[in-house]
Amino acid sequence: MSATAASTGTRPRFRRVRGWAGTLGLAPFTAYVGLFLALPTVLAITTGLLDVNGHLTWHNFSALADPVVLRTFWASIWLSLLTAAIGALVGALVCYALLGIASTRPVRVVVDAAASVLAQFGGVMLAFVFIATMGRNSIINQWLTGLGINIYASGMWLYDLPGLILPYIYFQIPLMVITFMPAMAGLKPQWAEANAVLGGSRWTFWRRIGLPVLAPSFFASYLLLFANSFSAFATAAALASQGSQIVPLQIRAALTSETVLGRSNLAGALAAGMIVVMVLVMTGYAAVQRRAGRWRS
Amino acid sequence: MKTSFVPGRATRWIIAVIVGAFVLIPLLATLEYTFRDRTGHSFAHWAAIADPAKASVYKPLWTGLTNSLILAAVTIVIVLVLVAPTMILVNLRFPKLRRVFEFVALLPITIPAIVLVVGLAPVYRVVGHLFGTGAWTLAFAYGILVLPFSTRAIQANIDAISLTTLTEAARSLGASWFGVIWRVLAPNLRGGLLAGSLISVAVVLGEYTLASLLARQNLQTALVIVNQSDAWVAVIFSLLALAFCFLLLLVIGRVGRVGSSRKEQA
Repeated sequence: MSATAASTGTRPRFRRVRGWAGTLGLAPFTAYVGLFLALPTVLAITTGLLDVNGHLTWHNFSALADPVVLRTFWASIWLSLLTAAIGALVGALVCYALLGIASTRPVRVVVDAAASVLAQFGGVMLAFVFIATMGRNSIINQWLTGLGINIYASGMWLYDLPGLILPYIYFQIPLMVITFMPAMAGLKPQWAEANAVLGGSRWTFWRRIGLPVLAPSFFASYLLLFANSFSAFATAAALASQGSQIVPLQIRAALTSETVLGRSNLAGALAAGMIVVMVLVMTGYAAVQRRAGRWRS
Repeated sequence: MKTSFVPGRATRWIIAVIVGAFVLIPLLATLEYTFRDRTGHSFAHWAAIADPAKASVYKPLWTGLTNSLILAAVTIVIVLVLVAPTMILVNLRFPKLRRVFEFVALLPITIPAIVLVVGLAPVYRVVGHLFGTGAWTLAFAYGILVLPFSTRAIQANIDAISLTTLTEAARSLGASWFGVIWRVLAPNLRGGLLAGSLISVAVVLGEYTLASLLARQNLQTALVIVNQSDAWVAVIFSLLALAFCFLLLLVIGRVGRVGSSRKEQA
């Protein structure tokens, strides 16, 4: 309150003091973001529009209709849909288990730190962890072989598309915990009291109040998880050393070799395709998030 | 009855044990893997890190680690010298731009690193001409990658203090703008600045996409290279790096608590 009053009281004075200097102060950051965020994004999308000689062409974008590219996009999308769904459900359960524990308690501090590390900074390292855990020589595989179970009977799928599912779920669950916990913690004890006073049971609370209130936040978090696995590269790059099973790996192939599918600027077209999916998902996320904010005060 | 939606003790434990097992089993199985030798278990692979005979195999790892630490330092400089002052300026002088700034700061989540690298390749050809092809130049791009994380930490601290009142008081006592930022705001924002810096270190240490596709060496690209000749050491360094990032995040958790308690006082 007092801060708002003070800021309205002083704002005219700040405006009088060298307005141009303030505007100038924004210049370095604007230039930086322009050079290393805006320019690369524009370049990434527009290189797909040029051929080897720098002439405008739709040829590369027609690659997005190529059956191989379509299959890869579809693989990326179902992998993201699946791992986001499992990650969202399990992550929400973890948030539920943590409900009512203050964020300053040691359990929460440890879970929060672990979730951040595994969700955002794992990358290559998670791939190695899963190779050591599930590879042919791993203790788990030896143990399963001892039980007469051969999980690799149909081939070494760990280094292929199905091998990505478990590592992806492994970083999706912690991301769900990070993004969904604030919504879960926003449930008000008063609602539970109102529910109890009106004769509702715990089940009534979740069916009539808890779940409807949390639904938009849950869906928003799901979209964020989808975006997260759709754009993930490092884990897949370290695990699937050969082949281009998902779109980010196809971009790698297009960047590191001169021509893929007989096209030179394919990376740009693939990047543009990814941007389209990401913008759709993040627009949906923003819309749902606004809806979710209705219950927050 | 007051908080009837809170789960019971049994429910908590069931979820904790199942999910905890899923998270911990891979880490423990990996740890077991690092202790293996031909006959049984030993510290052989851990001891090999210091073995001079294997130094040439592990050399990329040390180079990569050094590069990543330099990158982390330069990225922190970008966060503290470029991003943080801009945030103070926006919050003080251009409150209407706050939403725009937030939008820009969150953009790197929408634009995947693998997409950004397609456009960064030509940009880095120019950067290479100007500053050389040293690994540290990656920090320019890393400063962008860490924006969503660093700005959130700093903004939380800015929201918790009375930025305008502090500035007004300092200015009316005759402080220069530099004095305001350096002697009044920076000490009050040290929690957020520290958290923003530490989380940047965690992001930079784990970064692989840009380094590998812009052909520069950092810890993660080195791990992939060394993994081809000695998988054990790559795994050992992965576990150590994960543990180190976990410690960083624990520190951030503590720093964050200082910020929130201050907010409650206000």
